[in-house]
Amino acid sequence: MSEFRMPSLGADMEAGTLVEWLKKPGDQVAPGDVVAVVETQKGAIEIEIFEGGIVERLIAKVGETLPVGSPLAIIAGSQPSSVAQAAHSAPEGQAERPAPPPVAAVTETAATAQRGIRASPAARKLAAEHHVDLEALTGSGPEGAIVYVDVENWLHAAARQPASPPGTSPPVRRERAAMRGAIGATMARAKREIPHYYLQHTFEFDRALDWLARTNAALGPDRRLVPGALLVKALALACRQFADFNGYWRDGHFEASRAVNVGTAISIPGGGLVAPAIMEADRLELPAVMERLRDLVNRVRVGRYRGSELTGATVTLSSLGERGVEGLWPIINPPQVAIVGAGTPVERPWIRDGRVVPAVTLMLTLAADHRVSDGHRGARFLAAIAAKLQEPERL
Amino acid sequence: MTRDELRLILLDELGRLAPEVDLASLDEQSDLREALELDSISFLNFMTVLDMRLGVVVPEADYPMLYSLSGALDYLERHLPDRRN
Repeated sequence: MSEFRMPSLGADMEAGTLVEWLKKPGDQVAPGDVVAVVETQKGAIEIEIFEGGIVERLIAKVGETLPVGSPLAIIAGSQPSSVAQAAHSAPEGQAERPAPPPVAAVTETAATAQRGIRASPAARKLAAEHHVDLEALTGSGPEGAIVYVDVENWLHAAARQPASPPGTSPPVRRERAAMRGAIGATMARAKREIPHYYLQHTFEFDRALDWLARTNAALGPDRRLVPGALLVKALALACRQFADFNGYWRDGHFEASRAVNVGTAISIPGGGLVAPAIMEADRLELPAVMERLRDLVNRVRVGRYRGSELTGATVTLSSLGERGVEGLWPIINPPQVAIVGAGTPVERPWIRDGRVVPAVTLMLTLAADHRVSDGHRGARFLAAIAAKLQEPERL
Repeated sequence: MTRDELRLILLDELGRLAPEVDLASLDEQSDLREALELDSISFLNFMTVLDMRLGVVVPEADYPMLYSLSGALDYLERHLPDRRN
């Protein structure tokens, strides 16, 4: 028997409002299952449970605003194994492996919560990723089982309808002022407490962009990559070599993280900013990084993320994209210890092999925590990211 | 398909990509990326629906021709598969 409590979804979150229960008494829950939706200054957040068992009783009522740590539900028993096994039977390469270090219990089970329905592991995973209720689908597989293509077709059909995606409630209207307050409080704390140092590095970005153009020329729009995906992957790989930029400052010391979860700062149309994480980005192939990035951007637009995505980042990338300015000096998002900024690529005269030539350059910046590293180390880290971007085919 | 029909389809799709924007006041000549706050991924989503819904695959090199609504209409009129009526 245990209590499921209001989680802290950020350093400055004091309370959250319960807007929806996704489980009811008697339901079995596995670690990683989304059980409720809570509204905070950052929008509607799907909150996950990190213990398995049976929902015995719901304590919190929809509409209630409760402080962090308040009991929301009582969970009885603990039998996550059968569900976990089902998930482990997913084909190699299909299994999802999010495992953010601060919340150790997230496993493959996150993708498979809808039991009692015949569906292939791949279909379940896709459905879970897009929050599709499998009960709404008709299967075309053996014995009416729902297969991957059924979910895909359903998603295509749903994309043509003006309503919000199936299985989700309409987006909760975000309180812009509250969000601005939350950003301000977090950034003020970062500037007050973290001894930032800053570095910048400008380098030729032509190679990466040329490679991207050649790669994309052979792909349909649904599979094309954007430069941001390269940046995420290059940063993630560099973090493996430079562990002192990937992790948390907690209780007066640095805790390095084994997993590299890259928070990606995404601006919310109309105002505001969130930086949900791409979990274990260093272990994803580029198309998978792109898929996650696209999924996050799409969900930021409707204001729907998971708690683990908001709290799981171990390092952050802030990229201005194609219509910004040349450079930015980002502020570290505590408790992280580093943030990398990528400006808008610009075309300029450049000296190559002793001659002035036109080149597209990218300015990368680093803000890092002096309690953990210093400028010499930071310079090598930044140079390593740039070097990886010079060999995009190896990302 | 007439230009007006095409416009309705595009506005329908753009409305889905940017639900918070009032498309009634959209200037056809303006840059959609500015007007609708489309980042590169959202713009890519726009290109993806043109493929899915109209069967027009826009190469990356042609993207700039579709940055405005009027530009996109011109482009699609030239590239729409004949089977449509």
